[in-house]
Amino acid sequence: MLAEALALSGVLFVIGVIGVLTRRNAIIVFMSVELMLNAVNLSFVAFSKLYGATGQVFVIFVMTVAAAEAAVGLAIIISIFRHQETVNLKDINLLRG
Amino acid sequence: MMLQEPVVTGHPLADTVAQYVWLLPVLPLIGFLLNGALSMKAAAKLGPNDPSAADHGHHGSASAGVHDADHDDAHISHDDHPVVRHKYAGLVSLIGPGVLLLSFGLAVAIFFAMRSVDMAQPYVDTLFRWMPVSDMKINVALQLDPLSMVMVLVITGIGTLIHIFSVGYMQDDPGYPRYFAYLNLFVFFMLLLVLGANYPVMFVGWEGVGLCSYLLIGFWFSDKANADAGKKAFIVNRIGDFGFLIAMFLLFANTGALDFAGIAANIDKLPVGGAVVTAICLFFFLGCTGKSAQIPLYIWLPDAMAGPTPVSALIHAATMVTAGVYLIARSSLLFSLAPVASLTVALVGGLTALFAATIGLKQWDIKKVLAYSTVSQLGYMFVGVGVGAYTAGVFHLVTHAFFKALLFLGSGSVIFAMHAAYHATHNHADDAQDMRNMGGLKKHMPVTWVLMWIATLAIAGIPVFSGFVSKDAILGAVFERAQGSTLANASLLGIPGSTLLYAVYAFGLAAALLTAIYMTRMMLYTFHGPNRTGADAESHLHEAPWIMTGPLVVLGLLSAVGGWLNLPEFLPLGPTGVFDKWLEPVVGASTARIAAGGGALAGSTEQALIGTAVAIAVAGIAFAFVRLKPAALVPKKDSPPSFGFAKVLENKYYVDEAYDKAIVQPVVNGSKYILWKGVDVGIIDGLFVNGSALLARALGWIGSQLQSGQIGTYAWVLVLGVIALLGAFVRVH
Repeated sequence: MLAEALALSGVLFVIGVIGVLTRRNAIIVFMSVELMLNAVNLSFVAFSKLYGATGQVFVIFVMTVAAAEAAVGLAIIISIFRHQETVNLKDINLLRG
Repeated sequence: MMLQEPVVTGHPLADTVAQYVWLLPVLPLIGFLLNGALSMKAAAKLGPNDPSAADHGHHGSASAGVHDADHDDAHISHDDHPVVRHKYAGLVSLIGPGVLLLSFGLAVAIFFAMRSVDMAQPYVDTLFRWMPVSDMKINVALQLDPLSMVMVLVITGIGTLIHIFSVGYMQDDPGYPRYFAYLNLFVFFMLLLVLGANYPVMFVGWEGVGLCSYLLIGFWFSDKANADAGKKAFIVNRIGDFGFLIAMFLLFANTGALDFAGIAANIDKLPVGGAVVTAICLFFFLGCTGKSAQIPLYIWLPDAMAGPTPVSALIHAATMVTAGVYLIARSSLLFSLAPVASLTVALVGGLTALFAATIGLKQWDIKKVLAYSTVSQLGYMFVGVGVGAYTAGVFHLVTHAFFKALLFLGSGSVIFAMHAAYHATHNHADDAQDMRNMGGLKKHMPVTWVLMWIATLAIAGIPVFSGFVSKDAILGAVFERAQGSTLANASLLGIPGSTLLYAVYAFGLAAALLTAIYMTRMMLYTFHGPNRTGADAESHLHEAPWIMTGPLVVLGLLSAVGGWLNLPEFLPLGPTGVFDKWLEPVVGASTARIAAGGGALAGSTEQALIGTAVAIAVAGIAFAFVRLKPAALVPKKDSPPSFGFAKVLENKYYVDEAYDKAIVQPVVNGSKYILWKGVDVGIIDGLFVNGSALLARALGWIGSQLQSGQIGTYAWVLVLGVIALLGAFVRVH
C-alpha cells in the first residue's frame, strides 16, 4: 500500500516539476507548484500510517502555508500583470544581472 | 625627578653636588621649552590673516643685519624697512644664555667636587629604566667621569660664551626666540651625548644634535640654498648613523651589554685584534666620519656654513663635530683591541687633515676657510685618538674648541660689521663674506683683529699658544707609535703599520704648514692691506658691540693660555701633564695597551720633532707674508677667474660634483626610472592596484552573466542541483 502511495506521490511531484520547468504562464507554474506541494502531502499521509499522526499534522501545516502562499503569490501575479500586461515568465526578467 | 632610583651608593661622589648631574641637561631643556613656547606664542599672534604678517616677514629677511648667506640679491627690494626687534627679545635674551650659565655653574661645582675625590670608577646616576627587554636592560643613566667632565665643561663653557655672543649677533632677527630654542635644545642633546652611560643614550644625543644641526643650518630656510644645506647635512649624517647602529648591534650580540661598565666587564668576549672587534670599531668610525666630517663624508660641513655664524662656532666647530673624537676616546677600550681599526682612524684622520687644508688655501668665503680648517683640525684629533694618544686627541679637541670658536665668532664680528656697512649704504650686490670685499679691517676692528691673530697663532702651532701644545702632543705621539707599538706591528692592506704611521706624521706636518699658510692668508686678506669695501661702506665699518666682543676676549685668553692645561715636560712653565693625569682613569689602560712594545721618545728626538714643527709653522706664516699681496687683490666682482690647480682647489677638487655624478644622480635616476616609473607606477599601481580592480571586475562580469532574470532558468538550475545532490546522496549510501 505504501509503495503505491509513494509512487503516485513521486509521479505527481515530477509532473509538477515538469510543469514548473516548461510552462511559461505564471498561473500554470503556480498551479504546478501547488501540485508539487500536494504530492508531498500525499507522501506525508502515507507515512503517517506507519509512524503516527505527525505526518498529518505536517499536512495541515503545509496546506495552511500553501493557502497563505496562494494569496501572496496571486497578489504578486496580479501586480505584475498590472505593470507589464502579461503573465508570461519569458517577458519578466527585471532581475537580470 | 620622581622616577629617579636610589643613587649608586658607595661612590665618593654620591653625596656631593654630583647628585644633581641630571640638572646639567635638564636646564637647557627647560630653556628650550620656554623659548619655544615664546616663539610659538609670538607666531600664533601673527596669523595668516594678520595684515601686518606678510610685512613682518619682509622685515625679517631685510633686518637680519647678519644675513650671512651669500644670496644677498634675494632681498634687494625691501631694505628700507625699519628694524623690528622681536617683542620677546628681552625675555629670551635672559632665558637662553641664562640656563646655559646655570648649567656651566653646576658643571664647575661638580668639577671641583670631582677633583677632591678618587675618580678611579665612574659615577653612574640611573634616572629610570628605558628598555627592559629580556637580557637587554637599557637605562637612562648619566655617567660622570673625567672624560665626560671635560666635555661638559667645554660644551657649557664655550656654549655660554656663544649664547652671549648670539644675543648681539641675532638681536634683530625675527626668529630670535626660535634661534635660542634650537640652540638650547642642541646643548641638551649634546650634554646627553657626552653624559650618557651607555651607547643607546649616547645615540639619542647623537641623533638629537644632528637634528638641531639640521634645524640651525636651515635657520633661514626661506633661502632654498640654506634649506638644501641643512638637508645635505642631515642625509650625509644618516649614512654615518647607520654605522653607529650596526656597531651597537654587533656590540650587544657579542658582549651582551651596551653600557660602558658592562662592556668593560665583558671585554674578554672580544678577542684582541679579532674580526668582530675590528668590525665594531670600523662601524663606529663610520659614524664618526659622518658626524665629525672626515673623508669620505666631510662634504656636509662646508655647506653647513649657511647657518648663523654663532651656530657654526658652537655646533660646527667647538662641540658637535667633535662628538666623533669623543666617541672614540669613550670607546678606547674597544679601539685599543683593534689595531687595524685604529690604524684606519689615524690614516683617514691624516689624509683628511692634509686634504682639507689644501682646499682651505683657495677659498674666498671667510667662513669656508674656517670650515675646511675645522675639517682639517678634526683630522688631527682623529690622528691623535687613532694612534692611541687619547688624551692628546681630546686635548686638541679642547684647545680647538677655544681657538676655532674664537675664529668663528671673530669672523661673525667681521661679517656683522660688513653687513651693517653694506646695509647702511644700501649695497646688496656685494658678498659680505667674501674676503676679496674686505681688507684693511684692522683699522676699524682692532679688538677683533688682535684676538683673531691670537687664534691664528694658536691654530698654526706657534709655541706657548694652546694649539701648539696639543698639536705637538699628537704629532709626537704619532712618531712615538711609529717607532714601536701594537699599531706599528699591525698592518693595513698589506702595508706595515709603522710605514703608515710615518706617512701620517708626514701628512700632519704638511697639513701644519698649509694651516699656517691659509690662516695667515685669511688674516692678511681680511684685516691687512687696503680696504676694498668701497669708500661709502668703509665709513660705516666699526667694531661689534661689547656683548659680542666680550666673549671673544675670554676665548682669546683661553686660546693663548689653554696650553697650560697640559704642558709638556720640556716646557715646564707650570705643572706638566695635568690633563694627561686627569684622563688617566678613563683612557690610561687603553693607551698603555696600544703603546706596548715601544718606549718614550729620546729627549733629542723629541726636541728635533718640536723644532721641525715650530719651524714649519713659522715658515708657513712667513711664506704667506712674503708671497701674498693683499694690495693686489680686487673686489669679488672684478676678480678674474682662477685657472689651473688653483681652480681645482677653489672648486674643492670637484668632490661634490663627483659625488653628484657617482652617487646622487644614479640614485635619483634609479629612483625615478626604476623605483618610481617601474616599481611604483608599473608594478604597484599597475599590477597590484589596477590589476586587482580589473580582476574583481572580470569575476563580477562572469557572475552577472549567470543572472539572466529568467525564472525558468533558475528553476532548471535548482532542479539540476537537487538531482546532483540526490545522486551524491545515493552514491554515498
